[in-house]
Amino acid sequence: MLKGKTAIVTGGSRGIGAAICKLFAQNGANIALLYAGNTQKAEETKEALLALGVKAEAYQCNVADAEQVVQVCKQIIKDFGSVDILVNNAGITKDKLVPMMKIPDFDSVVDTNLKGAFYMIKQIYPVFMKQKSGKIINVSSVSGLIGNPGQTNYSASKAGLVGLTKSVAKELASRNVCCNAIAPGFVATDMTENLSENNALVDHIPMKRFAQPEDIAKLALFLASDQSDYITGEVIRIDGGLAM
Amino acid sequence: MVFEKIANLLAEKLECEASEIKMETKFSDLGIDSLDVMEMLMSLEEELDTEIEMGDNKVETVEDLVKMIESKQN
Repeated sequence: MLKGKTAIVTGGSRGIGAAICKLFAQNGANIALLYAGNTQKAEETKEALLALGVKAEAYQCNVADAEQVVQVCKQIIKDFGSVDILVNNAGITKDKLVPMMKIPDFDSVVDTNLKGAFYMIKQIYPVFMKQKSGKIINVSSVSGLIGNPGQTNYSASKAGLVGLTKSVAKELASRNVCCNAIAPGFVATDMTENLSENNALVDHIPMKRFAQPEDIAKLALFLASDQSDYITGEVIRIDGGLAM
Repeated sequence: MVFEKIANLLAEKLECEASEIKMETKFSDLGIDSLDVMEMLMSLEEELDTEIEMGDNKVETVEDLVKMIESKQN
């Protein structure tokens, strides 16, 4: 479905990002994966992608740092020649109830999750605008749609991504560029490791299970492919019915 | 010189004669939207080998764009 396309995936070394990288590569896409710090995981994912016969490269980049994003995007365009798909997946949590949440904890989550996506889009926007095609997929969260105690920073950043998605979608619709958001519920990754055994939590999910990262990757594949060419500015929940 | 470059870019895009483009021509009258103006700006950046920040300036006419680019060049 993505043969010959180039995809940038932030937070691509593990979890949802790694699943997206792998599924995209299985469908023929070349992958530029960005990771914050876990070089070993990033290299493992990269090797798995190369084994699928596509071009793959891992770039260490803190997406919350605008200057690093400028440099890495320049390098990716140089290395890959073009970009067709951008997946803003990089995200962090620093959960605390409001009185306990330190202001730097609020800022850093918004900086990575929301501003990081904006910095990436800012660099790739002119590329998509010029080539009159492109797919932007922002990984939001149901936490951004319905809120979650202890996650004011995270849910604010993820709700922000919804607004960002819709504005970018409107700006670039005339250039045949689609921008959509995915809103996962609980996904079995390192981020939710300490929650996955929580039966009370699972009971709240109508489908009675956490999503696997591959569940999310399948939706990302649909939004990255020409199967979804007329869908833009949409937010798709993928949460086993949690937020309906 | 900047005006001629813009007129040529517009003529190419609109498939008309460059002579039809005047300084006072409004982009909206040509059916050119803000993204088109930005695209033109990017082409000019490449051609002139300079970086042009759009900033807060309103660019409604060809003259606005010419003035903006010339001020950055100086």
